[in-house]
Amino acid sequence: MEDFIIRALVAGLAVAVVAAPLGSFMVWRRMSYFGDTLAHSSLLGVSLGVLAGISINPAIIAVCMSVALLLVVLQRQRTLSSDTLLGIFAHSALSLGLIAISFADGVRLDLMGLLFGDILAISQRDLWWTCLGGGMVLLVLTFLWRPLLSITLHEDLARVEGVPVFWVNMCLMLLIALVIAVALKIVGILLITSLMIIPAASARRFASSPEQMAIFSAIIGSLSVVGGLLASLTWDTPAGPSIVVTATLIFTLTYLPTGLSASLR
Amino acid sequence: MNTSVTKPRLLAKLSHATVALGGRELIRNVELSLHAGEIITLIGPNGGGKTTLVRALLGLLPMRQDQVFRVPGLRIGYMPQRFVVPETIPISVCRFLALSGRFPHPRIRMTLQAVGAEDLENQQLHRLSGGELQRVLLARALLRRPELLVLDEPAQGVDVTGQAQLYSLITRLRDEQGFGVLMVSHDLHLVMASADSVICLNQHVCCTGHPKSVSQHPEFLRLFSRTASREFAMYTHAHDHDHDVHGDIVPLKQDSQRSFTSADIT
Repeated sequence: MEDFIIRALVAGLAVAVVAAPLGSFMVWRRMSYFGDTLAHSSLLGVSLGVLAGISINPAIIAVCMSVALLLVVLQRQRTLSSDTLLGIFAHSALSLGLIAISFADGVRLDLMGLLFGDILAISQRDLWWTCLGGGMVLLVLTFLWRPLLSITLHEDLARVEGVPVFWVNMCLMLLIALVIAVALKIVGILLITSLMIIPAASARRFASSPEQMAIFSAIIGSLSVVGGLLASLTWDTPAGPSIVVTATLIFTLTYLPTGLSASLR
Repeated sequence: MNTSVTKPRLLAKLSHATVALGGRELIRNVELSLHAGEIITLIGPNGGGKTTLVRALLGLLPMRQDQVFRVPGLRIGYMPQRFVVPETIPISVCRFLALSGRFPHPRIRMTLQAVGAEDLENQQLHRLSGGELQRVLLARALLRRPELLVLDEPAQGVDVTGQAQLYSLITRLRDEQGFGVLMVSHDLHLVMASADSVICLNQHVCCTGHPKSVSQHPEFLRLFSRTASREFAMYTHAHDHDHDVHGDIVPLKQDSQRSFTSADIT
């Protein structure tokens, strides 16, 4: 096998495994649009990073965290609902990012690669970043697992039991921002959340505990990466979208039995 | 009330507590002291600020420091008024209980037994009925061996006999473990006889007092068994003022016939 295929496979599997537990939390907490908004904002991070001449990963994390903080503050007012705020942020951040990129004259940025991912162009350095960042996310998540679950089920109850709700929530957002920064190269800004949400949604049917859901979701995500890469190599389809379509196929297959039995009843 | 020499330990206190949201006062100038081993029942109309008071006491609302006092490090067992189990989370009752801390499994089993929910241990949380969920939530509150138990409408979704059982269970556990209890009851007429005092809240504290025994009341004897009926009492609502249509306080009308027995008027 060619080197670039092995690199793509390893990076893809790493992202699938890391995205699984966070994706489960996004499904449980109805945060998929929130994740999408952070992902859209990451383009602004990329262009600011390029304009400032710094590494783009810290820039992405900084922009995602600022957006997350701003959202938390704005959600305290009640005249506009969360989904409206998220819609405003997602698209204005994306547009700002696109405009900012146009100012970066000297630099050639692969916009399609940023939006839809370019997993086959993963470098050795990217691979290290992915594994290192992913490992860090998983490590932090094991420490935060119980308080996060507690908050997810009932925030006030968790607070009375002594969970520092604000900080734990902030950490979750930081972790999501990290995964977005890491997964950007693989599936791109517009498809990142699907890699977190779709495997978790498919896993829900089989899981009877939160941990099971995260593990099944990791397995389904990994299968999607392998399937998507195979499809991409066989039929020369774009890799990122092929991974997402594979995940969707698995989701459809897992829900087909219930859907059929429900409609026949 | 216990008249022994040692005064029961003060656990938490509200002094002149006022909570306003968007210019509207939800509770006004509320005084409340909770002691170990004491059961206080909070009653009052819907929107009377019962849940607001509870949340203020628990530190869930931003309050001025001089308005709320809790003993530092106070272990609180809390049963929230609304607990919606999202079906998206697969979680068993046992796992749910374990979220409140690292407790050995036998302790979880024992607590479930204490609330009569030992059969539910391996059930999925979202499959529980309303009454079952209330028991499990009570178990979670008790699991931490609380010094103060705060129950916001613990009897919701529980049928009438189940309610009698639930209240007598709380009283028994209080006797065994000596924790203080603050309980919200939605019902004006059913208040536990063992409550040491009843607070009626309608934005402000209308009155506080001891619930009067109604064990002989034919209505209660018909509804409950003898044992259960002894646990209940009718609380005589004693007003030292009246309310106009806006809920504002107006002086008591002279011609109104009200009983002032067995209630301390504040």
